[in-house]
Amino acid sequence: MDKVTRRSFVAAVGAATAVPAAALLSPAAHAAGRPGTETTYLFFNAAEALFIEAACERLIPADESGPGALGAGVPNYLDKQLGGAWGAGERLYRSGPWQPGTPTQGYQLPFTPAELFHVSLQAVNRDLAAHGMLFNEMPGEAQDEYLKSLESGARDLDGVPSAVFFDMLLKMSVEGFFSDPVYGGNRNMAAWRMIGFPGAYADYFEAVDRRGMRFEREPMSLAEDGHGHVRMREDIPASL
Amino acid sequence: MVQRLKEVDVVVIGVGMVGSIVAKELAAAGYTVVGLERGPARFTVPQFQSPAVHDELRFSVRKALMQDSTRETVTFRNLDSQVALPIRRWESFLPGTGLGGSMVHWNGQTYRFQANDFKLATGTRERYGRNFLDPEVTIQDWGVTYDDLEPHYDRFEYLLGTSGKAGNIKSRIQAGGDPHESPRSREYPTPPQKELFQGALFRKAATSLGYHAFPQPSSNLSQPYTNPEGMKLNTCVFCGFCERHACEHYAKSAPQTIILPVLLANPNFELRTGCQVQRINLDSTKKRATGVTYIDAVGREYEQPASLVITSAFALNNVRMLLLSGIGAPYDPATGQGVVGRNYSYQTISSVAAFFDEDVVINPFMASGASGTVINDFAGDNFDHSGLGFIGGAYIGAVNPHGRPILYHPTPPGTPAWGKGWKQAVVKHYNHTVMLSIHGSSVTQRQNHLDLDPTYRDAWGQPLLRMTFDFPRNDLKMAVHVTAKAAEIGKAMGAKQVAANPRKGPYTITQYQSTHNTGGAVMGDSPKNSVVNRYLQSWDVPNVFVIGASAYPQNASWNPTGTLGALTYWAIDALTNKYLKNPGQLVPA
Repeated sequence: MDKVTRRSFVAAVGAATAVPAAALLSPAAHAAGRPGTETTYLFFNAAEALFIEAACERLIPADESGPGALGAGVPNYLDKQLGGAWGAGERLYRSGPWQPGTPTQGYQLPFTPAELFHVSLQAVNRDLAAHGMLFNEMPGEAQDEYLKSLESGARDLDGVPSAVFFDMLLKMSVEGFFSDPVYGGNRNMAAWRMIGFPGAYADYFEAVDRRGMRFEREPMSLAEDGHGHVRMREDIPASL
Repeated sequence: MVQRLKEVDVVVIGVGMVGSIVAKELAAAGYTVVGLERGPARFTVPQFQSPAVHDELRFSVRKALMQDSTRETVTFRNLDSQVALPIRRWESFLPGTGLGGSMVHWNGQTYRFQANDFKLATGTRERYGRNFLDPEVTIQDWGVTYDDLEPHYDRFEYLLGTSGKAGNIKSRIQAGGDPHESPRSREYPTPPQKELFQGALFRKAATSLGYHAFPQPSSNLSQPYTNPEGMKLNTCVFCGFCERHACEHYAKSAPQTIILPVLLANPNFELRTGCQVQRINLDSTKKRATGVTYIDAVGREYEQPASLVITSAFALNNVRMLLLSGIGAPYDPATGQGVVGRNYSYQTISSVAAFFDEDVVINPFMASGASGTVINDFAGDNFDHSGLGFIGGAYIGAVNPHGRPILYHPTPPGTPAWGKGWKQAVVKHYNHTVMLSIHGSSVTQRQNHLDLDPTYRDAWGQPLLRMTFDFPRNDLKMAVHVTAKAAEIGKAMGAKQVAANPRKGPYTITQYQSTHNTGGAVMGDSPKNSVVNRYLQSWDVPNVFVIGASAYPQNASWNPTGTLGALTYWAIDALTNKYLKNPGQLVPA
């Protein structure tokens, strides 16, 4: 957790500090630090990114089975989705009048996902700052307690019930973890390797009736050519 | 400025499965037909091709093939006393749009209903007595029988090339098929798909308990097939990107693979896409339709005159089209008067998750949309309901159609929703779990209905459809009973942990359940309790036919598409052999 905190800190505010950036880089981040591997945030501002990176890693932590949300690029996925059509309200009916409704009636706030994240994150960071805290510097257990308070709906985030924000953050983190790497998460198809999902491979006629066989094959991305190279889609500004 | 177009014989609203089949038959019979489709044109090549079609995020999660809810949605409430609010994003059900309709992204489960389903009210009274049902329940007979529909079921299955095993051919029970099915005239056009490992586990367990397992009838084909229209289909490769996605392989029956190319080659037919029909126009008597008014993709308004109007949209949109056009009296649940919007029903879906040891490798990603093994022992009226306090039932089966991990990562009850415990459980159980589906019937009741919303509108300024629905007590009791049976099968399969999830109320639009929205423009033998007669002809405006699952007086235990295909050919038969020879009301009111 310490490594994540320091790395995130560098990514967000390194340029503004007097300490040389290289001295702050954790060994892990440094080893992976070839050009183009660090996330360039287009949607989150620096303070938002600090919270998102730390929070996602608590939702999906690294463990012996493989990387967590941070290692898989989930914050990058969130950034690109929220900065694009999905964030702007793609496929969301947006006419009023607005009423809270019953839980069975689903999402009824006027916010687009982009607006919802900005409003919620601003309120979260203001709340934490008022208590003299930075989320990314809190111990893991305290981070979990804070996330649980959001999940339970205990907080009002400038009009957004905290449970609504938490639910969207969790759902989108799972999306970023398991979606095709072309979207900027699931780096190196790590999440697919973890569970044994072959990705877009998708041809099992010969295997389907070999009952109980272990299907061991490198997963395949949508963007892969015949030699296993991943080619990025140019319309999705993700960095792998 | 509304532009009036040249009159045609027939206008078809919605070019999906029903619209394609009806238009093909009527154009072939020599009538001029215009098909109006609100969505885009699209075909197996280039639109459905790999690798893009194997994108879970875009198709399964973001629902790229579904009706664009920014422009047109449905409002919903559980009870009349609540304010309906717009379904801002589709979750519970997923209406399609575009050429080929929702059959482009269906699973391919191709069942027939049983003979007693078509006489549900009469049969229930005869077997269980007059006072057996909850008084709020409003089930009724269909006005058409299984024997009427059998040749049309057969024709539809041969159009699709459905892969299955007959259980009853001309009243002779067939080994390996469903012994509960009503008699069919011949075997399925193609043999069953390969049995999945999860299906084999289910079959052995169900057989050991004395039940009758059979391969789910699938329109993802087991072998190459040429249908009676001359269309060639390929063998399904179990890619695991079937429902919510389109098929790249010409292996799933959809209008694009079974009939559209034949229809589009007929000069009597003209397809117009991007056209949003606003209403069916009536003359001053309100007893005759003169055509339709629609707005094209760039916003121009047209009047398309026609002698015959067929609305073949999704069930919910058929009902809305009638309400927007003033055809038939809208239903009022307070008085029970009126018919349009009455008897809306759904599907009561429950599940059982069976968690196995890690040496049992399931490979959930190897699946077709409809591959699976099921039993009908607890479906419909195949078991004695005396003393149970409900009617109806469910088929139970190992039919999970995919292992796409954003949406499929089962964890046992008690697993945290996130964090280390969640991740460990996901990794542990992903490849060692079987999901059993309990696919249940839905009775109608007095309060569940459809009408026009007083507040919310679509992008064209028209009122949205308003849905008022909660699960009838009858169906929740059914779900508890049948889900318990499924859990017993899960245990007999050797699972170390079985989690039963019987459907519970209240109905919520926040969770995917089924796109089997039925009723609202139901068929029957009297204009007092039905919108269309037994030939799906409007009682009020005889040159309007309303073909869709909107016609189901209530919903049965099975996926509705097979029955809708049969009703479509049944209606075409009445159109070509009766109505078009002598236009008028086919059944005296």
